[in-house]
Amino acid sequence: MTLVVESPGLLTLVQDLGRPGLGHLGVSPSGAFDRSALRQVNLVLGNEAGAAALEVLRGGLVLRAEAPAWMAVTGGAGSITVDGDTQAYGRAIRLQPGQRLALGAPTAGLRAYVGVAGGFAVPEELGSRSTDTLAGLGPAALRADERLAVGTATHPPGIEDVPTLGRTGELMLDVILGPRDDWFTTAAVRRLLESPWQVSPAANRVGVRLTGPVLERSRHDELPSEPCVRGSIQVSADGQPIVFGPDHPVTGGYPVIAVVLDRHTDRLAQAAPGQAVRFGRVG
Amino acid sequence: MNLKPYGDTALLLDCKSLDEAQRWFAALHDEAEVVLGARSVLLRGDPAALRSLVGRTSPASSTGSAAGQEVEIRVVYDGADLDEVARLTGLTPVEVVEAHTGTPWTVAFGGFAPGFSYLAGGDPRLQVPRRDSPRHRVPAGSVGLAGEFSGVYPRESPGGWQLIGRTELAMWDTSREPPALLTTGATVRFVVA
Repeated sequence: MTLVVESPGLLTLVQDLGRPGLGHLGVSPSGAFDRSALRQVNLVLGNEAGAAALEVLRGGLVLRAEAPAWMAVTGGAGSITVDGDTQAYGRAIRLQPGQRLALGAPTAGLRAYVGVAGGFAVPEELGSRSTDTLAGLGPAALRADERLAVGTATHPPGIEDVPTLGRTGELMLDVILGPRDDWFTTAAVRRLLESPWQVSPAANRVGVRLTGPVLERSRHDELPSEPCVRGSIQVSADGQPIVFGPDHPVTGGYPVIAVVLDRHTDRLAQAAPGQAVRFGRVG
Repeated sequence: MNLKPYGDTALLLDCKSLDEAQRWFAALHDEAEVVLGARSVLLRGDPAALRSLVGRTSPASSTGSAAGQEVEIRVVYDGADLDEVARLTGLTPVEVVEAHTGTPWTVAFGGFAPGFSYLAGGDPRLQVPRRDSPRHRVPAGSVGLAGEFSGVYPRESPGGWQLIGRTELAMWDTSREPPALLTTGATVRFVVA
């Protein structure tokens, strides 16, 4: 059973829950940026929570079924159609051979997750099907006319209710200060927590750069390279923060002023350039 | 040793030296998911459980690394920053190459990207800061310097190290076991290609 890519859209990647536990090899976890949307799409389809799905940036994906298939869409989505007929968000959708599933531009969020019952069966690399855009691991981004293998479905699709992604005003991200908040002035730490920040156009799966007031350092020596995680807020030489995403470098050379709570990092997957962000301190 | 918070899924063990960090890494790597830095060890997991693990652990007496392995890396020394490194170190470009090839380096730890190793223990005259602004694209095989370290970029990526040359050796290949050419503790000798 295969699906044919008629249009890949701007950037569509295969993602599962990534490669945890390989940091000592210089390999980041990678995996879906919005893990909760990945889990939801797999729940709807009766798949394992970490089955591989498609992470679609800003819509534009068109897939054609070659055999009957159950599919579903969660995350940052807009219009969802099959041969032009509107389909429900977060519900199992039946495709017949020759039918086309198409995603419009998202009306909320940025990244949609397109799942298929049985999961996408692309080859694994280091135990995962995820594309790590920084490390160059996993399959290449989808291309037109590519054929995607689909695994065997083991359970019937469910009838779970998936909440739609709300249009948010400010995005609130809870942080724990440190490990290097002491490399910054007290005014800089206060600015991090009190200023509104804006998602810059320089945002991708490696990191989401934010713009706002300059965060001044109190120490100007060079930080010996240290390990990072998804959610590390690293402040580069220009005083602007970047929040690391799933494809972050394993180590970085700039001080990390605070770290976003792991479960809140999924929200950044849906933050478009210009989105207002605020940090709240929980530790 | 100083244990620092690192979000809600990790802790950072801040060390005084690379040697101390390596000895903590050796003591902890069978007990928890650990990642080594230049002066630190990141432990992934529940912070409270990790605190208690570190509390009942002592750093290993040795770094426990795979000493003995020796790798020769042939380099064409035509890097874009060779003249800048010469200026920063007060050496001539020829002396920079002699210093880089004249002393064996040791693989201290892996990081940044798959197959990238921080090489330490080289000629101390070669300590240079990172570039003020990182390059968007550093070609695969580029040989660089930053701080006390030298390293080889395994694939094209952004990067802020001072580039002095390039090699054709594949630093990372997932069809190989292990995929990384360099393992912690190995000795690296750079030679002029």
